[in-house]
Amino acid sequence: MKTREEALSRLGASVGVEFGVNGVRRRVGVEGRVTLLDWLRDELGLTGVKKGCDQGACGACTVLVDGKRVVACLMLVAQCDGREVTTVEGVAGVGEAGAVQDAFVRHDAFQCGYCTPGQIMSAIALIGEGRAGTREEIAEFMSGNLCRCGAYPRIRDAIVDAAGGEVG
Amino acid sequence: MGPFTYVRAVDPVEAVGVVSADPGAAFLAGGTTQLDLMKDGVLSPEKLVDITRLPLRGIARTGTTIRVGALTTMEELAADPTVAVRVPFVREALLAGASVQLRNMATIGGNLLQRARCRYFRDPSVAACNKRERGSGCAAIDGVQRMHAILGTSPHCVALHASDVAVPLIALDALVHTRGTDGTRTVPLTGFYLPPGDTPDVENVLRRGELITAVEIPLPAERTRTHYLKVRDRASYEFALTSAAVAVELDGTTITGARVALGGVGTVPWRAWDAEDVLRGATVGRDAFREAAEVTLAGARPLPGTAFKVELAKRTLIRALETVTGAP
Ligand SMILES: Cc1cc2nc3c(=O)[nH]c(=O)nc-3n(C[C@H](O)[C@H](O)[C@H](O)COP(=O)(O)OP(=O)(O)OC[C@H]3O[C@@H](n4cnc5c(N)ncnc54)[C@H](O)[C@@H]3O)c2cc1C
Ligand code: SF4
Ligand code: FES
Ligand code: FES
Repeated sequence: MKTREEALSRLGASVGVEFGVNGVRRRVGVEGRVTLLDWLRDELGLTGVKKGCDQGACGACTVLVDGKRVVACLMLVAQCDGREVTTVEGVAGVGEAGAVQDAFVRHDAFQCGYCTPGQIMSAIALIGEGRAGTREEIAEFMSGNLCRCGAYPRIRDAIVDAAGGEVG
Repeated sequence: MGPFTYVRAVDPVEAVGVVSADPGAAFLAGGTTQLDLMKDGVLSPEKLVDITRLPLRGIARTGTTIRVGALTTMEELAADPTVAVRVPFVREALLAGASVQLRNMATIGGNLLQRARCRYFRDPSVAACNKRERGSGCAAIDGVQRMHAILGTSPHCVALHASDVAVPLIALDALVHTRGTDGTRTVPLTGFYLPPGDTPDVENVLRRGELITAVEIPLPAERTRTHYLKVRDRASYEFALTSAAVAVELDGTTITGARVALGGVGTVPWRAWDAEDVLRGATVGRDAFREAAEVTLAGARPLPGTAFKVELAKRTLIRALETVTGAP
């Protein structure tokens, strides 16, 4: 029979994970239960990845994994082995803004700004998916990003603009 | 989330072996149900076997069926051209569920096994929940109901099966392929889920450690028209209050083939066999559609909080049938 101490040390055992974050290769040992969201914020200081609900419901923690948008709060670091993770800090050079970020600034597409990094990451993916054709399409395929301030009309303006459309 | 041992499985046989042998172990696929419930303290496995690296991904067309690997994501399946052309209601149901982020993570196997959205089930500070702990009672029956079932309920549990895509899949007689310790087997989705009865904690026929390896979707005749209608509290990113998946074949204004299932109303995804009997051979129009809806909901056992669903479900089915048949 295993002792409780043995059981606990086995439970907390660290998992080897090798993956990329914003273009930098990382080799880390991490406890199985650590979520990608907590690790990016607490270990790498990438606080652009926001914790809203921590339950997959709000989209504030949206990042790209191998180019696809996911919620980092419901993903373990251990599951990222071999993957490439992109956060809002990684979408443009240091001190620069990407096209979508620029559009958000031009259209004043935020109030408190808490949902904004998640909105931007989701919008970048949305445009890549070819789903930014109409405002209705944008509304539907951005629905996983909630904005408590209700800045939706301006967020949609920014996305239409960034996708090269006419802001009506 | 409490601590657990993380195991990255590379071989299905090994994954099945580990979880079958250990009552404290569970599979981890996209994690959108599993990790969510672990954070809430509803589930606390000592070992999580990550199956996302297993070679169970991808969609293959074989004659008259499509075989979908269990780890195929909801977004991947929705993007499949055969699905879009031959069974568009499967695509509609997928895209009406969750958000793009969640659909990029959520797998088709995990979707079929998603757990109840009942708020009492998801809150371990509530003692009474037979699904969490057999024999502890049901807080929902005397509590607040809304996202609960009206068909297939028991005095012990009224939790809903909330999957959208399971609704068209059950209408199509999809098959679930599994692997257990004693080899592989195939279970029809129509016989996969178990109504709550007096053991609401037992939700399906899977044995401990049995892995879903694929879901096989039989393709209906080419001229079949399909539609999925989902009614919910907001326009997007919300679970169904009621939904209907319908597939019909028409000869002029006569319905020659009908497959019907409802979501948002059953403790299991609800195949509406009686509605199909009414519709087959009937003439397109309100009378047949209303009768199909009436027979389907005849056995409904609503609670005060779910009483609205009886008429809403009928109208959802009627509207779906009107849309799919192009009825005036
Ligand atoms: C905010 C939110 C909104 C949502 N909205 C909707 C919606 O509108 N419509 C809808 O249909 N769904 C919705 N969902 C549910 C979502 O679709 C499911 O959580 C998802 O499909 C589960 O798949 P997964 O791969 O993440 O499974 P996991 O969470 O990894 O696993 C779920 C369960 O299945 C087991 N499991 C997983 N794969 C296998 C396998 N191959 N064999 C055996 N066991 C397995 C796991 O052990 C676990 O018990 C929503 C979820 C969230 C968080
Ligand atoms: S309805 Fe089912 S899941 Fe909800 S509290 Fe009752 S027993 Fe638990
Ligand atoms: S914090 Fe991840 S979705 Fe809300
Ligand atoms: S700007 Fe405040 S939550 Fe969106």
